[in-house]
Amino acid sequence: MNPSGNSCGSFPAASPFAPVAGPIVRSVTDPFHGDLLEVSMGPQHPSTHGVFRMVATLDGEQIVKLKPVFGYLHRNHEKIAENTSYLASMPYTDRLDYLCSLSTNWAYAFAAEKLLGQPVPDRAQYLRIILAEMTRLVNHSCLVGFLFNDLGTSFTPLLYAFREREKIIDLFESLTGSRMMCNYQRFGGCRVDPTPEWLEAARKLVENFPRFLDEYERMLTGNEIMLARTQGIGRVNAAQAINAGLTGPVLRASGVDYDLRKVDAYGFYGRMDFRVPLGDHGDTYDRYMIRILEMRESVKILAQAFRDLPAGPIMDPKAKQRGHRPKAGEAYGRIEGPKGEIGFHLISDGSPNPYRYRVRPPSLINLTLLEDMCLGHTLADSVVILGSIDIVLGEVDR
Amino acid sequence: MLGTGILNGLAVTAKNFLGSFHDPARLVTVEYPEQHIPVPEAYRNFPFLVSESADDPMGTLRCVSCLTCEKECPPQCIVIVRSKDKKPDATGKAQFYPTVFNIDTSVCMGCQICVEVCPFDSIKMDKVFEITATNRFTELLLNREQLAKSNAYYHQIHPVEAAEVDGRLAAERLAAEEKAKAAAAAKAAAAAAKPAAPAAPAVPAPQTPPPATP
Amino acid sequence: MSAVLASEPFLERAPLELRDAVVQLLPAPAQWLGHHLITILAVVLGFSLFFAFTTVAERKLLGRLQNRLGPNRAGVPKFSILPFHLRHKLFGLSQPFADAIKALTKEDIVPAAADKLLHFLAPVVVVAFSLMTFAVLPVGRHLVPVELDAALLYFFAAGCASELALFMAGWSSRNKYSLLAAMRALAQLISYELPLILSVVPIVLVTGTLSTVAIVQSQGVWSFGLLPHWFVFTPWGFAGFIIFLIATLAETNRSPFDLPEAESELVAGHLTEYSGFKYALFFMAEYFGMTALSGLGVTLFLGGWQAPAPFLEFIPSYLWFMGKLVGMLVFFIWIRGTLLRLRIDQLTRLSWQFLVPLALLNVGNAAFWSLTAHWSGPLNLVRWAIALALVVTPFLLLGRTLSAGFAPRTYRYAS
Repeated sequence: MNPSGNSCGSFPAASPFAPVAGPIVRSVTDPFHGDLLEVSMGPQHPSTHGVFRMVATLDGEQIVKLKPVFGYLHRNHEKIAENTSYLASMPYTDRLDYLCSLSTNWAYAFAAEKLLGQPVPDRAQYLRIILAEMTRLVNHSCLVGFLFNDLGTSFTPLLYAFREREKIIDLFESLTGSRMMCNYQRFGGCRVDPTPEWLEAARKLVENFPRFLDEYERMLTGNEIMLARTQGIGRVNAAQAINAGLTGPVLRASGVDYDLRKVDAYGFYGRMDFRVPLGDHGDTYDRYMIRILEMRESVKILAQAFRDLPAGPIMDPKAKQRGHRPKAGEAYGRIEGPKGEIGFHLISDGSPNPYRYRVRPPSLINLTLLEDMCLGHTLADSVVILGSIDIVLGEVDR
Repeated sequence: MLGTGILNGLAVTAKNFLGSFHDPARLVTVEYPEQHIPVPEAYRNFPFLVSESADDPMGTLRCVSCLTCEKECPPQCIVIVRSKDKKPDATGKAQFYPTVFNIDTSVCMGCQICVEVCPFDSIKMDKVFEITATNRFTELLLNREQLAKSNAYYHQIHPVEAAEVDGRLAAERLAAEEKAKAAAAAKAAAAAAKPAAPAAPAVPAPQTPPPATP
Repeated sequence: MSAVLASEPFLERAPLELRDAVVQLLPAPAQWLGHHLITILAVVLGFSLFFAFTTVAERKLLGRLQNRLGPNRAGVPKFSILPFHLRHKLFGLSQPFADAIKALTKEDIVPAAADKLLHFLAPVVVVAFSLMTFAVLPVGRHLVPVELDAALLYFFAAGCASELALFMAGWSSRNKYSLLAAMRALAQLISYELPLILSVVPIVLVTGTLSTVAIVQSQGVWSFGLLPHWFVFTPWGFAGFIIFLIATLAETNRSPFDLPEAESELVAGHLTEYSGFKYALFFMAEYFGMTALSGLGVTLFLGGWQAPAPFLEFIPSYLWFMGKLVGMLVFFIWIRGTLLRLRIDQLTRLSWQFLVPLALLNVGNAAFWSLTAHWSGPLNLVRWAIALALVVTPFLLLGRTLSAGFAPRTYRYAS
């Protein structure tokens, strides 16, 4: 593509562009061509969801090349984890995907429990499902809000989404002590037991959640501008999605039936009755709608979990609280996070610290198809496509 | 028909506009400096050290400087220097105490791991969130004098949890007393059996528990 | 003053009496100048104040739409010379003044690579041209700054220059975002000037004049003493009004057509490299433009300063004008709080494939309306039916082609 490999500055005047594969309209041998414009969007840009950077090469407003650049938020998460105890990594996992700390906590606890051979009591399993699904509501409602902000609304849908998210986050705070950095899961169970009042408040809130979704959909799903802006934009077909290793709603929007809650049936998801919505077009609209439909399914799962929640301990009484020294070996624990498959690969050499600690971040892997999605679309669409992938830079850069 | 989606959207925003005047579920704004949301009991931000009495915080710290929190702290923001001598602790046992206990709150992430791993219930999470400092290198590094807060304060901010902790400590203390008594009785019996043996050493007087007023 | 004026109620002639009283104080040769200066001052100050409170109203309304409170903090400032401090927040109404002070005291940053002259000139030009448009708006029965025969032509000529200023700003900044925004502004100008003017042509056709004063006067008729004969209440007038509204939104870069300033894509578009008071000037010009075009819309379609019913005429005419203007602005704010942004190709397509044909057909519709002005009785009903059909049918047909391929979808679930 760019032979000089220089992506930071503007192009030298004589820099030739090899024709780029994809739906490109114009070849550079066109005698009438003007200069291509290279725009560096980010790391300081209102719509790159943090410190992500896209180096877009534009022909007019059309994208002919797009290079994602990340790493501006790299915090050495994996190396830090290899130098602390197993327990001490738990609060750090909150900070990976800071919108969904409870899911990420679960994924890490799941991997460590596999490594330790640690069973989890029933009540804790249900609590994990309840909190993970509430996290999914938080994440998806935030995402659709931000997506509309990228589409150019003046914050209205975002603030409606935040209004509802706030109610869930308040519940998280009263249970775990923190709104976003929950640090709730432990190896062998959960940290605090919710009171009956908490459960009742959560049940009521979840019961009312579809009303918000209905209002939200009435406001925006049928909006003509929204349809025109998102349908047919950023298409990914099933083969592309599988090849790139996409997971989560982005994969299912392309029509691939792959939901770890069904495939692995980890935790007690095997006991839950829910459906997996699938898209047929793999475009931005499908990615948006899959999230809305998933929220509706999450509400169903939550209703079942609140109904079936058994009494009992929330922590395996035999579980060690600290100073874990798993036997030498390795384990990969993965769950269906709101953004896709969030997995932790732990290798133990018998010492108190993991020998290798690796995160499989769904945001980063879903991001790999960004250029393919954006080619041939306009600059305005690239922002929307990025929004529809749903990334959190804490997880992309780690 | 073209435009219905847009009209629907306008209707929803109009509904929200009107709702924001009468529906508390819609207008959720809290005007912060004037209005406060009461923080939930579980709320946490930075740790503090529990001392039994407010009058002599340094003398009655529960911390025995076992260094567990220092080891487990994920960002390694705790520094403890253990004392050379021993002092009786809450249960009456002679224990070490921290001569230095520093927490760097510019590093601390408020994860509560130190609280969880503390076997002596001596470090707890505070709820004061209106903190400012003008120098991050000096003012954010809290020493044990700044960290120590009384058990009464702990009761004030975490009533349920503190009552449970006090109950457990009282039970432990009782058990320790009984054990001491049993040991003393056994010693006495042994002494009676062997009158030639030297007298049993005096058991240190257990501290009276502080009044558990929230 | 003239005899016509003397017969008016006091409130109606009060502004003019005030002006004349001031002018009388001046020596005779300067009276002519004073007369005009006072008019200019009144327009500039009046609409600047109006702008200030529009911004705070917009932020408050948007806040409420979004379930927030909006700005409510800026209150009475503390003056150290005064012995007391009135602690009242004034419901945030002093926010625009606080903003102005902030903008004035901020550093004015000019990029090193910028074309310094144009960079400086752009905000000046944009404010100047957008203020000029107010000259021909009849604010009240006797309150017209300048009575021009070709007022409409003047209005559009002055109005479209402000978009050129946006291009100046975008080009001179030497910023890629600004450049893209400048291109978008030009595309938008070319696309939407046409439907804007075409939507006004039917009025000119029916009234036979380009004078805004005459157009307002021709709407001052009531059926049954109750139903006003504003042009918006005719089929062609309604269609023209909707087209005018859409084109106004586009002309003034308001959501959903705020492409030059597209915050989520182009950071701040042509304003990226502006700071401090220059930024505030652009902001001001945007609101002036919006106010002026809304004022034109009120003048042309909503009866201008005319009261909606004859028995409401005791309320001074300028209050009616302002009330209608505020109504229009509230509608614009409501739109902004709801809609998302179009893409540049969709924006131009909406204009060329939808608005321009509709506006052209609407001209024909107006011609039919004025040719059949003598139809009465049952024929009048036929006239209404035909005129309505001429509006609705093309709207449905063109709307279908415009939204072809876009529809909400149904989704399947994995078995």
